[in-house]
Amino acid sequence: MGRWRHLPIVALALAVIAVHLLTTVAGKPQYLTQLTMAGYYSLVIVGLTLLMGYTGQISLGHAGFFAIGGYTSGLLTTYNLYPRNGQLLVSLLQACGLLLAGKDMYGADLLLVRPWAACGVALLVTIGIAYLVGKPVLKLRGHYLAMATLGFGTIVYKVVLGSSLVGAADGISDIPAFPLFAGLAVTGKSALRTQNYYVAWGLVLGAMALLTNLIRSRVGRALRAIHGAEDAANAMGVDTGRYKLQMFVLSAALAALGGVFLTHYNGGIGPSEASVMKSVRYVAIVAVGGMANLWGALVMGVLLNFLCLRGSFGSYDDAVFGLILLAIMLFAPDGLLRAEFVRRLPGLRRRLPQRRVP
Amino acid sequence: MSLLEVKDLGKRFGGLRAVANVSFTVAAGSIKALIGPNGAGKTTLFNLIFGALTPDSGQVWFDGEQTDGWKPHQVAAAGMARTFQHIRLFPKMSVLENIAVGRHVHSRAGFLSSMFGLPWTRREQRAVREKALEIMRFLGVEGLAEVEATSLAYGQQRIVELGRALACEPKLLLLDEPAAGLNMRETSEMAKLIARIRDTGVTVLLVEHDMTLVMNISDEVLVLSYGEKIADDKPLAIQKHPEVIKVYLGEDDA
Ligand SMILES: Nc1ncnc2c1ncn2[C@@H]1O[C@H](COP(=O)(O)OP(=O)(O)O)[C@@H](O)[C@H]1O
Ligand SMILES: [Mg+2]
Repeated sequence: MGRWRHLPIVALALAVIAVHLLTTVAGKPQYLTQLTMAGYYSLVIVGLTLLMGYTGQISLGHAGFFAIGGYTSGLLTTYNLYPRNGQLLVSLLQACGLLLAGKDMYGADLLLVRPWAACGVALLVTIGIAYLVGKPVLKLRGHYLAMATLGFGTIVYKVVLGSSLVGAADGISDIPAFPLFAGLAVTGKSALRTQNYYVAWGLVLGAMALLTNLIRSRVGRALRAIHGAEDAANAMGVDTGRYKLQMFVLSAALAALGGVFLTHYNGGIGPSEASVMKSVRYVAIVAVGGMANLWGALVMGVLLNFLCLRGSFGSYDDAVFGLILLAIMLFAPDGLLRAEFVRRLPGLRRRLPQRRVP
Repeated sequence: MSLLEVKDLGKRFGGLRAVANVSFTVAAGSIKALIGPNGAGKTTLFNLIFGALTPDSGQVWFDGEQTDGWKPHQVAAAGMARTFQHIRLFPKMSVLENIAVGRHVHSRAGFLSSMFGLPWTRREQRAVREKALEIMRFLGVEGLAEVEATSLAYGQQRIVELGRALACEPKLLLLDEPAAGLNMRETSEMAKLIARIRDTGVTVLLVEHDMTLVMNISDEVLVLSYGEKIADDKPLAIQKHPEVIKVYLGEDDA
């Protein structure tokens, strides 16, 4: 096992390159835009897979964390601090090199938070909120946890929808590009489309490498033990409360990272990103991917988000994800690849792990 | 010297006194049995000792520390391990993985070091695996390493649960009805196994209904009835104790 540890990650990297080449050969470079966006959504999905599938803790509020990340970064990089120039905090930020002076298209002075600083703040804010929400809420189980996280998601949605500071129903627009290094920037400009595809999928690769390491580790084993029998895990010395909270915060941070990057990529963010239907969508994708199946969730997430973003489902996106959730729960609660009818296919049977009874 | 000392421990559930002012000690290196009719409060007493329940009154002293009010994971870290009356193995995990979870308190890789797969975490993982396999050999179940634990026969599941507790390398092992659901041959093997575990230096406190097992391997027997301690003595004396015969042994043995 040791030697082949990195094989799936290498395979994913090759697949990313292959998909790029395929879009080029097929003459559909515009597909890379949706694949980039799907990549950012994947960050939410893989984090949620670890939380739900492995640790057994449901969250119907992860769109909230995605939105907190995106909105915080969007607000900080568009909120003009120039009128407050000279105030202590503003001067302090400027002295630390966190601010960027410029002019808008009409020549008026601008003073904005630099995107990398905004990104950092967005992640820290999300981590803080996830900690404060997770601490009491993760003591709940099953339906109660689902309802509490749903409540959290609803609050985020209503706050961004109702605050004129973040554009209320219109959201925030004209969010600047996020310069990374060497002329590379997170932006929707078509000249940088290919580069941005690789930025997004580079992040997904990084996240997958970290998370696959995690699930194979002592921590991953403890998380699965919590899922299976929390009291027994606790009796074996696992600090179950702390592990659940750490996993919750980690998945929220990944969601926020996706939110920050997608917001700068799109140049805007709206309240629909915080909607409960988005959270339901993430949960549906984790379920259809196989619950405790990181790769299944990644593949299904990219596929479904890509189709959605291409408009394949028309205006029935939410209905499609609702239907998926319903069907999975009824016919394949362990995910599609483990469904009974797939198991009966003779070819697949040998390749899938079986429940062995000696 | 006593490894465990329980002082005036009490627990109520509503109007029911599940455990009433129970005091006793367990000597290091011994096997002590806890017996009593169904509903006597034996499992509740275990849960109080392990921190799964908080006592209403009394104290628990383990290995020189007052541990009442601690959480189970803290008690586990202090060197106590347990099995459950109703088997609580981790489903969808192999026997090896189940036992490896028992190594939790003896390993330390956290979220960050694990995510970055630092070399020492991989060495630690290998050591955990080796230790788990060693325990499986001790228990004679090394052939089951990759089998899903909850798919095993009942008797084997009890052994795996015992292995998981042994992986904690505990000073004190609490076994709640380790022979429940086992046939006669399996029960006598379990008795031998528990004696072997004691011989490795582990102190054992066990709840058991099988009197042959209890009388054969225990150094001392504690008898509970309706939450109260009615006797605490050597097995031979317990067998002659009039009140014990009345409330407990009298039911089927006398
Ligand atoms: N969590 C609980 N809540 C309420 N009553 C309980 C609880 N656990 C045990 N009891 C009650 O306490 C009494 C002792 O139970 P228990 O400790 O399981 O007995 P034993 O293990 O000796 O059979 C029983 O009457 C049982 O119904
Ligand atoms: Mg009991």
